[in-house]
Amino acid sequence: MKKYSFSRKSLGIPYAIFLVLFVVLPLLVLLFYAFTDGTGRPTLDNLLGFFTDPNTIGTLVYSLAVAVVTTIVSLLLAYPIAYILARSHLKTKGVIVMIFVMPMWINFSLRITALKEILTLLEGNLANFQFLNAVIGMTYDFLPFMILPIFNTISKLDNSLVEAARDLGATNAKAFLKVILPLSMPGIISGVAMVFLPAMTNYVVLDMLYNSTYIMGSLIGSYFAAYNWHSGSMIALVLLALVCLFTIVSGDDGKEDRRGGALL
Amino acid sequence: MMTHFLKNKMARATAAVLAGLMAAGLLTVLPVENVEAAEKPVTIRVCNWEEYIDLGEWDEEEVIDLESGDIFGENAMVDDFETWYEETYGVKVKVEYSTFGTNEDLYTMLTIGDVYDMVCPSEYMIMKLMAEDKVQPLSDEFFDETDENNYYIKGVSPYIRSVFEENDINGMTWDKYAAGYMWGVTGLVYNPDEVSKEDAESWTVLTDPAYKHQVTIKDNVRDSYFAAIGAVKADLLTSDEFVNDPAYHDNLKAEMNDVSPEALEAGLDFLQDVKKNSYSFETDSGKTDMITGKVLVNYQWSGDAVYTMDQADEDDYYLAFAVPKESTNIYFDGWCMLKNGLAQDSRKQHACEAFINFLSRPDNVVRNMYYIGYTSVIAGGDDSRVFEYADWCYSAEDDEEEVVDYPLGYFFSGDNEDEDYIITAPAEAMDRQLMAQYPTEDVIRRSSIMMYFNEDVNAAINQMWINVRCFNILDMPVWGWIVLVVGVVLVIWGLVRARRRRKMFRK
Repeated sequence: MKKYSFSRKSLGIPYAIFLVLFVVLPLLVLLFYAFTDGTGRPTLDNLLGFFTDPNTIGTLVYSLAVAVVTTIVSLLLAYPIAYILARSHLKTKGVIVMIFVMPMWINFSLRITALKEILTLLEGNLANFQFLNAVIGMTYDFLPFMILPIFNTISKLDNSLVEAARDLGATNAKAFLKVILPLSMPGIISGVAMVFLPAMTNYVVLDMLYNSTYIMGSLIGSYFAAYNWHSGSMIALVLLALVCLFTIVSGDDGKEDRRGGALL
Repeated sequence: MMTHFLKNKMARATAAVLAGLMAAGLLTVLPVENVEAAEKPVTIRVCNWEEYIDLGEWDEEEVIDLESGDIFGENAMVDDFETWYEETYGVKVKVEYSTFGTNEDLYTMLTIGDVYDMVCPSEYMIMKLMAEDKVQPLSDEFFDETDENNYYIKGVSPYIRSVFEENDINGMTWDKYAAGYMWGVTGLVYNPDEVSKEDAESWTVLTDPAYKHQVTIKDNVRDSYFAAIGAVKADLLTSDEFVNDPAYHDNLKAEMNDVSPEALEAGLDFLQDVKKNSYSFETDSGKTDMITGKVLVNYQWSGDAVYTMDQADEDDYYLAFAVPKESTNIYFDGWCMLKNGLAQDSRKQHACEAFINFLSRPDNVVRNMYYIGYTSVIAGGDDSRVFEYADWCYSAEDDEEEVVDYPLGYFFSGDNEDEDYIITAPAEAMDRQLMAQYPTEDVIRRSSIMMYFNEDVNAAINQMWINVRCFNILDMPVWGWIVLVVGVVLVIWGLVRARRRRKMFRK
């Protein structure tokens, strides 16, 4: 019998088991439910149902709108902060970043409850500003996920490239647009990926804030609650496909921009 | 409450994917029953609603000082039962107590392989379980009124008893399979300063533009559908002809359980109007939003209505409760034993039935009612403590100026003229906690149970509710389409441009 020898590869086994149990298996179950009907027969009705139901498509468009606006707002808020922090010469900038990330340490249900009260004070009646509230809730919850990757990318940015651009006569604005912005693209893209997708599906935030805005996550939840695991699984699967598409497209763009940036 | 809410939603999402694994795991560990061990403690697995039983540890000043003695919740009810059972029957019992959030959650838990000996769902879910042949009938001993420990059958309200005897599913009457626990009606909690009683006494208040964005209903298809049908058929249901028909009660039940395509369509339209007019469809936040004044009207179960008004009272903020004139949904939560849990074990069944009886002992009834705010099905029989408690809660102080006689004979003795069961209450109590806890006979008259629907109807109603909640693309305004088209064009243009640039760099 061959003696078992411990190699570095063995360290990956726990994660492999985790992966199979909690990612691959559930995904297979999801696939099974998405392409079967109540009696277990294979069917494409769920798929067709998704794209022919004006309610599902409408909810998808609405969720997309929430996610797009949330992402843009988060980006506009996060980039300047991350930029200023990363480019400053403060010794304590790590601490300041911590301050921005700190809200994440507080239980989120507590934060959302507080946010609800604050918004009620400002708006009077939350129901009058449904879309705005959805965006505020999502932005509030996911902003740190946008700040951190951008901060990291800009911190590691090679400053000699910026200096070179200035030496060659670029104005501050031009150096920013032509050098810093393209070079920070990877951070922006991972930030966008981390904000955009949850903002489309994390309905718990909205339910707790003020349960009236219905997004894709709520729809999946409703189908599961109604024992309709087939339609629910199909919606989850379509979202997964959208996520994959997004990752592939943005991944390409990321490489492209990095290369483009380096060529400058 | 937050955690309960989160748990529900997340449990549903993960249930599907873990179902197979859990079922497989549980099936393999089913214990092999050891027959010889009579001394062995009995374990019963009980699953009840969250926050639906006295957990004890009351403060000193919370003692309920009835004339016939003080009632005080020192220990959790479940612990007291274990002690009592051992003292009474000489057998050790262990209660594994767990909870569920909604009837649907419970059903899902049972489907994916959780095993319980006894559960406490609402009447329609009991009927569903009965129809699926999952419920163990109660034993004959349970109905023996000569046994002094049979508190349930001795104490159950004559009104509840007749309801349980009259209603059936596939010819099986409820009373043989389930023992009642709590009951109540649905209605509207409202702020009497802003909303008139007349308005609050109709389901149509939900679409009243005068209260735009200040009403909430439940994010729950059965409750919402009931309200919608009540509102859609308001004219019919309140017409003299309909109300005075000798077959009023049966007709009402038929109308309120109307699930024809036309009724579903009308319900959908109404609920879409509610969506535009309401503050939110709430799962848990309705009580808090009501107390903090964010909304003026909240669709609520009577037990939660009592809780809401009690909490508001503490802030000197007065809320009232109204039961719509059209009809109200009367509900019963009851204990039923499950066949697959008991597995023919008579010692378990005995312990389960004793648990029901222990909860039905009048002092325990009072403890539970005080703790959770709902109304027990137990009237007490010869024991007057349940009525004493109602009187202790609601009877007017001596210096009260306006008082009314509030007869509760229908519940306590079966005769509403019975002078022994009249509470002299302050006039305002008619619209408040007393009415929510013990509705008047008039309210009972216009109440209807909601039936258990078959799979197809259930699917149709659920789909209707999802359609209500979704954003329909056909409702999108023109500017929305323009933004969408511009957005898509921009994205495609961006991608094409990126591709071109990439090609350029490759050269």
